[in-house]
Amino acid sequence: MTATQTSLDRVTRVAGVRGALIVSAADGLVVAEQLMDGVDGQAAAALTGSLVGRLARTAESAGLRPPVFVHLRGEAGSVLAAPGPDDLVLVAVVGPEANLGLARLEMIEAAGRLA
Amino acid sequence: MTEDIRALTARMADEPGSLAFLELAEALRRRGQLEAAYKVARGGVSRYPGLADAHDLMARVLSDQGDLAGAFDAWSSALQLDPMRTSALKGIAFLYFRAGDRAAALTHLERALEVDPDDPTIPQAISRLGTEAPAAPVPPPVESRPLPTPVSSAPAARGTQDLFEQLEGGGQGLLLVDGNGLRLGGRLTGADGDAMGDRVAAQLAGVSREAARATRLLGLGSWHSIALESPDAHLVLAQPTSDTVLLASRDPSMPMGRVTLLAERAARAARAWLEVEG
Repeated sequence: MTATQTSLDRVTRVAGVRGALIVSAADGLVVAEQLMDGVDGQAAAALTGSLVGRLARTAESAGLRPPVFVHLRGEAGSVLAAPGPDDLVLVAVVGPEANLGLARLEMIEAAGRLA
Repeated sequence: MTEDIRALTARMADEPGSLAFLELAEALRRRGQLEAAYKVARGGVSRYPGLADAHDLMARVLSDQGDLAGAFDAWSSALQLDPMRTSALKGIAFLYFRAGDRAAALTHLERALEVDPDDPTIPQAISRLGTEAPAAPVPPPVESRPLPTPVSSAPAARGTQDLFEQLEGGGQGLLLVDGNGLRLGGRLTGADGDAMGDRVAAQLAGVSREAARATRLLGLGSWHSIALESPDAHLVLAQPTSDTVLLASRDPSMPMGRVTLLAERAARAARAWLEVEG
């Protein structure tokens, strides 16, 4: 199992996680994915890549270092994103019952190992 | 662990959505287990943001922890939800007394007495006001806070200067932005003054549409908030209306859950202000 697959596997093992993927933030393309049926990986990649890029620019405008974790909360679940090196972003789509604290920890650690 | 805490913890485990957190956090607080009490209370406030009891409980825990500004904020929230809440009036009076503002303390105690003339502790506290010195100095944020007002009496025609004045930190670190990236209120200041706030506002143009598209296409419904952790700050975006965005920024030492609560309160204040301003 590759390091990338290991990262995705650790994240998707967290309760409530419907899928995880690694996205190239620059072009919003999927690098790797592990998704449940019904989760649109390409949409998640494109939209999350764009949103994370915008938020990183917002942080920069405020004189802050880039975000290490982003949580977009919707009424029926959340999108989590942890930017890593080489412009890669680890993204997870989770249900409302997910263990967000554990998912966050796993994602930040896994994103640090992306390359 | 005493039997009552053990039993309440077990009940919480069986019924995580129940109101048992109120008793559990209070029991932990009374035993001096303040960190544990804080975690339980925080969970309760997250699950029941419209429950005055939860905010009242959080205020007691924060007060015991020495976070008097946080306690003030939590009691203010309790009062907004329940303007007749004497425990919150007494709590705020206590904080004003600690700050050396006896007049404001007296005002709150008198309001509490009007609500509950049968509570013997209120006249006792009023009589002590004239004889006791404040127990300890209090952080400036509490001293400078305005009196809390119920939501129902909130914003008549007000300028953007005081849009967030009743919230923790006033308008500093809070920014209300329209759909075109223009700043409507609040302040986010850097070395170059308000220019930083304007730059950040410009970056936020369209973020609401983008977030809405993402959550809709992923089957997550409408979006509620975006939390962003930087090593330098915790930021939370909320949506007062469909074409405005509210940004709350705080030091990373403030837990993200509290920044989220602050953003939600600021969004409510902004929504009320926008309704008045048209």
